[in-house]
Amino acid sequence: MSTQSPYAPLEPSRPTEPAATPANSPTSSFTWKRPHLLGLEELSPEEILHIFTMAESFQEVSTRSIKKVPALRGRVVVNLFFEESTRTRMSFSLAAQRLSADVLEFAAGKSSVSKGESLRDTVRNIEAMGVDTFVIRHMAAGAPHYITRCTNCNVVNAGDGQHEHPTQGLIDIFTIRERKGRIEGLNVVIVGDIGHSRVARSNIWGLTKLGAKVTLVGPTTLVPRTFEQMGARVGHDLDAALKEADVVNMLRIQRERMTSQVFPSTEEYIRLFGLTRRRLQTTKPDLLIMHPGPVNRGVELASDVADGPNSSILRQVSNGLAIRMAVLFLVNQAGSPAGEGVTA
Amino acid sequence: MTKSRSKMLLDAKGIRAAMNRLADEIVAALPENVPVGVIGIRRRGEVLAKRLVNELARRGVTPLEAGTLDITLYRDDLAELGPQAVVRQTEIGFDLTGRYVVLVDDVLYTGRSVRAALSALNDLGRPRAIRLAVLVERPGRELPIQADFVGEHVTQADLPVTVLLTESDQEEEVRVG
Repeated sequence: MSTQSPYAPLEPSRPTEPAATPANSPTSSFTWKRPHLLGLEELSPEEILHIFTMAESFQEVSTRSIKKVPALRGRVVVNLFFEESTRTRMSFSLAAQRLSADVLEFAAGKSSVSKGESLRDTVRNIEAMGVDTFVIRHMAAGAPHYITRCTNCNVVNAGDGQHEHPTQGLIDIFTIRERKGRIEGLNVVIVGDIGHSRVARSNIWGLTKLGAKVTLVGPTTLVPRTFEQMGARVGHDLDAALKEADVVNMLRIQRERMTSQVFPSTEEYIRLFGLTRRRLQTTKPDLLIMHPGPVNRGVELASDVADGPNSSILRQVSNGLAIRMAVLFLVNQAGSPAGEGVTA
Repeated sequence: MTKSRSKMLLDAKGIRAAMNRLADEIVAALPENVPVGVIGIRRRGEVLAKRLVNELARRGVTPLEAGTLDITLYRDDLAELGPQAVVRQTEIGFDLTGRYVVLVDDVLYTGRSVRAALSALNDLGRPRAIRLAVLVERPGRELPIQADFVGEHVTQADLPVTVLLTESDQEEEVRVG
């Protein structure tokens, strides 16, 4: 037995080690600094890859018998959803719970919003209860950005209007990388209602940053040429685009966002832009087929294709959990964005 | 690096001798007919655990498995982590339940890493017993945690201990001060 006590002399002025990170925490030269995730447009390739590295570690947590770690214990995550959502909301809730955070659910329909409360007041009131992170979905583009200016909480964009849906973009790109081993040089075709799609925008930003070639295909009314400014190619012939494609991401026809007749008939849409088994005969055999869900079976995606071996639809959902755990962890790790213009 | 001011505690040969001593002590204390799992705390504990497994295998310990534990998510507080901490994977490809687990780390100091590791192990299964083996023990415990097997004691308080291992640092030495 050693005669010396192994305990620390706990005088109040005991100098703390200058170690900013404990000895056993692996570190990298990269430092995540963002207290919010608002979109993929502003992220660097390094930041995107950092999220992926973290997500790979979080995947392991979901394989344990106890699928929970204490990383965000005592923190509160608020799901602030002003638009309908099932899987995104559940995925964020479960991700937060796997990190041991408490989760508050907010649904605009049944809330004080229906009594006329402003977004700012809603957010400030919930913040006053002592919460840490807002996960927000809103029909207005820029709503999450606005919220960052009204609170000291971390903000994660879960879809704002037609602007961005960054976690879905990350999930799709992460899934492609997992299946294909890389992003750079891949031909990715995104098909459907690009114009109304925040998922498409987040995908385009992220994929082009990581070096993929993105081609957008759909009716001229849904795929405007303005997307070429984002670095994507625009086309209207699906079979031609699919010939070189490594990945095809089939977007849902979002009838709820269409205010006018944008294509003549569903039958014609299926014939021109639906992904069917017949159409797959002329593509690369290992074409990866993706869909952010929910699928309109028999419209953008034939049922047998959706369930086929090339489809990664369910894998995207599983990966969603790991990506959202990584994002919630990172924004909380970056700390409170105090001082970012919170004014009376 | 103020390498010049620090003092060499163990050179490559000293580390090898300390690991041999650890292995001998662990073997002597092993209960009979219990599967053994050697689990290293990332990152240098991982390196040492792999070496220790080789030593134990040479001494005929079987069944014997090796694993790696990442404790980032089990830290007391996110603020303690710092923004540079990266969550790595925990790789334990065997069932902990019923196993005699030897937890391995390079330095035992405050005890907080070990506390985090115990919490993490607790979520992964119910080992028969957990023992702690460290290459170096230095004073400064903030928690009631002690090592069962110690390669080398540092008696002087307030002197930082730096462990460098070939696999992770391309160097092989332990320095104090």
